[in-house]
Amino acid sequence: MNAINMSLAAPCELLPLSLAGLRFQAGGQTLLGPLDARIEVPGVSVILGANGAGKSLLLRLLHGLLPPAAGRVDWNGRTPAAARSRQAFVFQRPLLLRRSTLANVTFALALAGVPRRERRERALAALQAVGLAQLAERPARVLSGGEQQRVALARALAVAPAVVLLDEATANLDPAATAAVERVVERLRADGVKLVMATHDLAQARRLADEILFLDRGRLLEQAPAAIFFAGPRTSAARRFLAGELPTENGDTP
Amino acid sequence: MTLLRRRFLKSLAFLFLATGLLAQPAAAEERFITVASTTSTQDSGLFDYLLPIFQAKTGIEVRVVAVGTGQAIKLAQNGDADVLFVHAKKAEEEFVAAGDGVKRFDVMYNDFVIVGPESDPAGIAGSSDVVAALTAIAGKQATFLSRGDDSGTNKAELALWKAAGIDAKAASGTWYRETGAGMGATLNTAAGLPAYTMSDRATWLAFENKADLKIVTEGDKRLFNQYGVTLVNPEKHPSVKVADGQTFLDWLISPEGQSAIAGFQVNGQQLFFPNAPAAS
Amino acid sequence: MNDLWAAFGRALDLITGADPALGEIVGLSLTVSLSAVTLATLLALPLGALLALVRFPGRSLVVAVLNAFMGLPPVVVGLVVYLALSRSGPLGALGLLFTPAAMIAAQVILVTPIVAAVARQSLSDLDNEYRPLLRSLGAGPWRSVPTLLWDARLSLGTAILAGFGRASGEVGAVMIVGGNIDHVTRTMTTAIALETSKGHLAQALALGIVLIAIALTVSLAAEGLRLRAQRQQGMSQA
Repeated sequence: MNAINMSLAAPCELLPLSLAGLRFQAGGQTLLGPLDARIEVPGVSVILGANGAGKSLLLRLLHGLLPPAAGRVDWNGRTPAAARSRQAFVFQRPLLLRRSTLANVTFALALAGVPRRERRERALAALQAVGLAQLAERPARVLSGGEQQRVALARALAVAPAVVLLDEATANLDPAATAAVERVVERLRADGVKLVMATHDLAQARRLADEILFLDRGRLLEQAPAAIFFAGPRTSAARRFLAGELPTENGDTP
Repeated sequence: MTLLRRRFLKSLAFLFLATGLLAQPAAAEERFITVASTTSTQDSGLFDYLLPIFQAKTGIEVRVVAVGTGQAIKLAQNGDADVLFVHAKKAEEEFVAAGDGVKRFDVMYNDFVIVGPESDPAGIAGSSDVVAALTAIAGKQATFLSRGDDSGTNKAELALWKAAGIDAKAASGTWYRETGAGMGATLNTAAGLPAYTMSDRATWLAFENKADLKIVTEGDKRLFNQYGVTLVNPEKHPSVKVADGQTFLDWLISPEGQSAIAGFQVNGQQLFFPNAPAAS
Repeated sequence: MNDLWAAFGRALDLITGADPALGEIVGLSLTVSLSAVTLATLLALPLGALLALVRFPGRSLVVAVLNAFMGLPPVVVGLVVYLALSRSGPLGALGLLFTPAAMIAAQVILVTPIVAAVARQSLSDLDNEYRPLLRSLGAGPWRSVPTLLWDARLSLGTAILAGFGRASGEVGAVMIVGGNIDHVTRTMTTAIALETSKGHLAQALALGIVLIAIALTVSLAAEGLRLRAQRQQGMSQA
């Protein structure tokens, strides 16, 4: 049995995701929000926007890595800890421990409460799925950037999450490595895992997104199915973004 | 668990075990007393010679803590030693008077000598009048090292300056220098400078770094260095090992102990002269 | 110069002659230092972890004091421990004065700040690096500690080695609380002090050379372990 397919059984247990009045502040400034949204469709939801729009902040708020200054993040009524335990997060820079590739994955499994005798097998299966099984005993930190990010993905897969959050996961990778990561994302989607990806890479968003949430200066300006968004965004900020222009100084109302 | 981690944990466990096994404090079965004495007595080698004789006879191990005289008396006052064996008669008598010691007994004496460089700037080589020698040293302002550490030797030295009517301490830092150290360290410094200094004969004879120092003044009765032994008062310090401490004290002043002391020689010379009062 | 050559000759004689007196002194030195380092590490790692991971009012002050204590003068520590263990002192009833246990205690006080300060810094740096990952995987501050300690093992190993160096090289503390008693509390450093005060400079130097040789051996062994760990775990990328 494919150990990664465990979430195939039912509609995603963590959806719908509701955000109500969500806000994040730092240094006296509101960096994100107020934000109200609802994510309920399966597949890949891409959080799109320019650098500094607040994509990374939003993802971390969704995962519970940051506490909101106001508002709520509600994953289908779960407590934050319970929700986080059914999610996996892939960071922009792969955070790998100073041990072997395999050990990095079994570490995640151990923290997820998987019994010791199952860990090695599941970890190897996950590495296999990202094409890195032959590097299992290699020290993780000598791998290339692309390989390290795939290890991070394997770590995310191994715990069979319901949702995978990716924070600009391919921003530092070359095209070949990016393609490898995107293939895994597509596999996950096919297996029924919900994906929430932050990216500023338009081409990537076009390739992968089922739904777009467009952020501009901490505000959610648009949320629409991908095809509709790309055919014709409603706000001028989004239009300018798609056209490849820099964001302007003055605000924009949808 | 990786091989490395297993090995790491095993070495930790080994260290732990080794610590536990090896760091046992002295087993209760060992029979020993603690004697507070001075560095000069230890440096002479007397204890290395004398104590095995005593242990063979009585089975009591004598552990000597050799420090400066002032520190030895302090240890005894704190009850950290069972017997006090130093050469500072006045301080020892005060020790007994304050109730810290039971009774003081003379044990042996050696003498002090003045040593100085071959060049002898004060011109006192071969003299036997210590007061005249010190006066000459002060007059010529030749470098003289004092231990300056309140030890028995130091106290004797200061008494001699007083007898010569010279306030040597006032010149401290110029020709008169206080090392604040033990006899051996002070002799090292005297050899290095070079300078005059006063040492007990025993330490001088055993000292191996004489460089170009030699004895310049000796034989004066005022250079007499008396050693005394006192049992620490068990009424003040219940932890004192009274029976075994008394055994040691009794042995030192017994004919047997006294002849053992006389038997200690360095380079064919007897260093200590027993003079305990004859048993009444 | 004369003494220096004589000293090397003596040192070789001492080592090859397997002098039992020397063996006794070396054995005691190693026992005391290794025990002290072990105990100090057991105290220092949790302390370092606490200071690195738990915020509490006055933490900066505690860290500053800890860092300052790395330079505690050994003779002062010896004095304080003597006053504590003296028969007239609060812990006199334990009867630990002038025993190896007292020497170990004093050296634990000297070594703990070193290991704790380095542990704190390494764990703090690693925690900053790993925290998002560890929280994401569900590991809170307490659960993180073993992971951080293991990943910091190279820095910690160096700190422990530094602690061992401090312990085996110091003389002030062990002299006061141990009393330099022959066959009981005489270590290499106190023996060197004794021989020096007797003017037996060549002998003192010879003992010193043996001491340095031992320290070198320990250090080389540790370095060997470190290099192997580095190769195995790819830690050359910091």
